[in-house]
Amino acid sequence: MADSKGPGKGAQLLDKTDETVRGSQIFNSIFRPGSVFRRGYTDSPRNRSYVIMNNVLYHLHPVKVKRHAVKVSYTLCLGGLSFFLFILLTVTGIFLMFFYRPTDVNAYADIQTLETAVAFGSLVRNMHRWCAHLMVLSVFLHMSRVFYHGAYKAPREFNWVIGVVLLTLTLLLSFTGYLLPWDQLALWAVTVGTNMMGYTPVFGSEVQFVLLGSRVISGDTLLRWYVLHVLLLPFTIVIFMAVHFWRVRKDGGISGPL
Amino acid sequence: MAEIPEHLLQRSKDRRKALGLPVEGEDAAPAPEAAAGGGGADAGTPPTPPTGGGGDEPPADGGDATPEEPAGGGDSRIPAHLLERSKKRRAAKAGGDDAAAAASAGGGGGTATAVKTAPPPSGTGPGGHTQRLLTVVKSGSIQQTKVDAVDKVHTWPHLLSVEFAALLGITALVTIFSALVRAPLLSGADFNATPNPSKAPWYFLGLQELLTMFHPMIAGVTLPGVALIILGAAPYVDTNTSLKPNNRKFLIAMFTLFLAFWAVLTIIGSFFRGAGFNFVFPWNDGIFFEL
Repeated sequence: MADSKGPGKGAQLLDKTDETVRGSQIFNSIFRPGSVFRRGYTDSPRNRSYVIMNNVLYHLHPVKVKRHAVKVSYTLCLGGLSFFLFILLTVTGIFLMFFYRPTDVNAYADIQTLETAVAFGSLVRNMHRWCAHLMVLSVFLHMSRVFYHGAYKAPREFNWVIGVVLLTLTLLLSFTGYLLPWDQLALWAVTVGTNMMGYTPVFGSEVQFVLLGSRVISGDTLLRWYVLHVLLLPFTIVIFMAVHFWRVRKDGGISGPL
Repeated sequence: MAEIPEHLLQRSKDRRKALGLPVEGEDAAPAPEAAAGGGGADAGTPPTPPTGGGGDEPPADGGDATPEEPAGGGDSRIPAHLLERSKKRRAAKAGGDDAAAAASAGGGGGTATAVKTAPPPSGTGPGGHTQRLLTVVKSGSIQQTKVDAVDKVHTWPHLLSVEFAALLGITALVTIFSALVRAPLLSGADFNATPNPSKAPWYFLGLQELLTMFHPMIAGVTLPGVALIILGAAPYVDTNTSLKPNNRKFLIAMFTLFLAFWAVLTIIGSFFRGAGFNFVFPWNDGIFFEL
């Protein structure tokens, strides 16, 4: 703005600040040679490639993708949204872990404290819950999208199988989390669910015992499902997701248009 | 025939236009003298540079590369400066022959002379060519095209920007929704107070609905297990390689039926089941459903 008036006092000050900033050690260490933006970012094919290559997260992507793969109307972003919801769930979940003890004495009281006495506690708990439902939905819709596009066909058969495993893991993650508030809704929804598992042929009662940690739902169940929910299942699903994303690229990016 | 990328075609077109050559597709009038030149060049022309689509080249190519005789003065398609240059070269060549004859006697000194006056080719062919056609190597034998060229774009910014927008959108949606709608929290767990009805989470309500029809072992374990196995085995069972919906009518119908089946069961289990898990109408008895 000062530039339009010619080199006034403001402009001089701006120039001097600019010089100071660009000459500073911090600036030069950020925009050092070897960094992506050595001299600021100019839009060139080379820099576009560097953005992807020099970032560990973006590196999940290839430098170039098929033009149709960028169309939102083709993928509806469902796979990416599922992944992002998982990240949101991880972030909000870690927040919740600070205020929650998985025992039958403390669990419900901790949730109440979280709702009433913790800054943003209620908001984050709500986000965690709604994200969880949304993720089940988006994973399911992602599967439907892939099926309708025939994207499970060769060479992507194995990735489809991994996808089915991921769907199952998502459902299990959601279901194990369902018990943790330890309210009436949680207790009896899980009772219905685990009663069904008790009817597994041959090993029914054993399966139920392993899942519940006792004959009926109890504090042991709560601890068991807590560990499943915050550690074992996320750990497993991350491994399967890594394979899933890796296979997407190994199988030649996302499938072609119809 | 391998497809030639659009931008290469465009470049070729522009270049041809700039040179005043006939452009393919823009009704190029067959050039008579070019055809004649092509005929004359047959014996000794070097193979024309491989342009990918050998057969697609316009007939004028051979002749243009090596014009055998000075074009008629009236021909407007060859730019004047090129004609001029050609004339000069011819004159220089005529002079060069004499110079070479002189240089052959002079030995080492000849080189310097030759440099000055466009040296004559030492062994020229019938058309004055300095090279012979030894063999024609077909492109397929040395350069195999294994994959067709695909139209690609840079991930940054084309894909990342879309992803970033989606990410912001979903974050905003979830945050606003969470600020407005509270997650349910009923009274503390009480083993002695069974709520009526007791419902599973919504994604299992289809299964719970099945429980009303089948033995628990069928509805709760066998059916979902079989469904998951069939789902996982789908790509190995479905050997049809076509992606076109028209060729997959049966499977698409089956999958849609599968989705509709679960959707209907889940909706019934969610909204049409009241106390005792009996069938109710939500508009009469209210909704017995918590997320």
